[in-house]
Amino acid sequence: MSRIWKSKFKDHDVTDEGLYLSRRQIMAGAAGLGLGSIAGPAFAAPEGLEPNPIEDITNYNNYYEFGTGKTDPAENAGALTTQPWTVKIDGKVDKPGDYQLEDIIANAQIEERIYRLRCVEAWSMVIPWNGFTLASLLERAGVQSGAKYVAFETVARPEEMPGLRYPVLNWPYREGLRMDEAMHPLTILATGLYGKDLPNQNGAPLRLVVPWKYGFKGIKSIVRITVQDEEPFTSWSDANGREYGFYSNVNPEVNHPRWSQATERVIGAGLFGSRRETEMFNGYADEVASLYAGMDLKKFY
Amino acid sequence: MATTTSPGPWDRVTRTVNDATRKVPAWPLYIIGAVPPVWIFVAGLTGQLGVDPVKAMEHQMGEWSLWLIIAGLCITPLQRFAGIRLLKYRRAIGLLAFFYILGHLLIWLVLDVQIPSQIIADIVKRPYVTVGFAAFLMLIPLALTSNNRSIRWLGAGWRKLHQMVYAAAILGALHFIMLVKGFQLEPFIYAAVILALLALRLSWFTRWSRRGR
Repeated sequence: MSRIWKSKFKDHDVTDEGLYLSRRQIMAGAAGLGLGSIAGPAFAAPEGLEPNPIEDITNYNNYYEFGTGKTDPAENAGALTTQPWTVKIDGKVDKPGDYQLEDIIANAQIEERIYRLRCVEAWSMVIPWNGFTLASLLERAGVQSGAKYVAFETVARPEEMPGLRYPVLNWPYREGLRMDEAMHPLTILATGLYGKDLPNQNGAPLRLVVPWKYGFKGIKSIVRITVQDEEPFTSWSDANGREYGFYSNVNPEVNHPRWSQATERVIGAGLFGSRRETEMFNGYADEVASLYAGMDLKKFY
Repeated sequence: MATTTSPGPWDRVTRTVNDATRKVPAWPLYIIGAVPPVWIFVAGLTGQLGVDPVKAMEHQMGEWSLWLIIAGLCITPLQRFAGIRLLKYRRAIGLLAFFYILGHLLIWLVLDVQIPSQIIADIVKRPYVTVGFAAFLMLIPLALTSNNRSIRWLGAGWRKLHQMVYAAAILGALHFIMLVKGFQLEPFIYAAVILALLALRLSWFTRWSRRGR
């Protein structure tokens, strides 16, 4: 077992966007004065990641329930009602039931996690999430011993989600994790970004973030979490199992059948920005590689 | 060509269009055709194409290319079935389609993939890239032989050679179908339009429509 990733940050460390920007200006100013080598402030990203501006994060989304275009979710997701919100937790848990979102959040320790999101489409951006570990919620619900997987389901409301009219995928959107992946301290349920409530197009009010997996594993607007023994149904592997596997770990050596995963376009780098090399497990190999020890990652893609 | 029955409203439309186009030369199309790519490039440079300008440029140029290919394929059926004569614009439309596809390819090469080894790997190993690139290669001899001298020089062979655009159009539609994720309608609409325009050229269809009159 590799070292457990511990966040140094508590909820009071969550920074609002204004502070972010002013801090970035300070950094830029410092660099201009030739003080470029100063260590980042205490609440900078652990990996030294520079978050994308909120405009990037909220105007470039894959949320097919609101349309397949990258800006469709920003245009259409406003119609989604996120209050009240209930998450059904069922399956092999001691305390199954309908959990109110306020109640989930009131009992959660919200922290900030700055993660790079690597999309299976070979682009990436850096997002400052606010959220809590999935493990903490699962522990609260009481996972029964021996349970192997966690399944998730997105809300499906045709009257609020125009994309559901088209059979792009087998709706509702579903995803899943192995129990050890779900319990990993890097795996969070996000409730916000940049210190604000999660915008609808980013999966409000509650979405999964698994930073070492391709973005589509991060299921949005979760209404159901089921603990079970069978490998969960996952929408993308159902749509095309050859292209999208259950694991979908970021892996520069295992290419998508239709495109290379060796490099990624950096969103926000502009017209002449260069690509960056994709890292194994999206840069989190130290934390998660041991989960897959002995597995052939070409077979379990 | 035109029907032998008494002229109806449709014949008036046909005559009006044909009278109007008789006076309009083809060369302004090249100037008008330069506007969208220049606009797309300027918009990309000035940040008007959103968060991911490279993909936006690539997709917009690709879509424009398909529209132009479709426009070019419309000309013969319009003349045959509606009597509208736009043949003199076909060369300009075809050449514009070629240059748009070249632009689409260059955006992909220079701004998107960037890395030469990956470009070659993509062309060889990624079927949707292979298919799109094959369509582009097919259009090169057509663009090179689009001048009057080549038409005279190739004689009857010119028509045969330029029928390769049918294959390129099918590959272009296939390229679009292959690159989207999940089941999406839009690329299938393009494919259906292209296949319908090609079906209009099949001899059985032409015979059937003649008999129908």
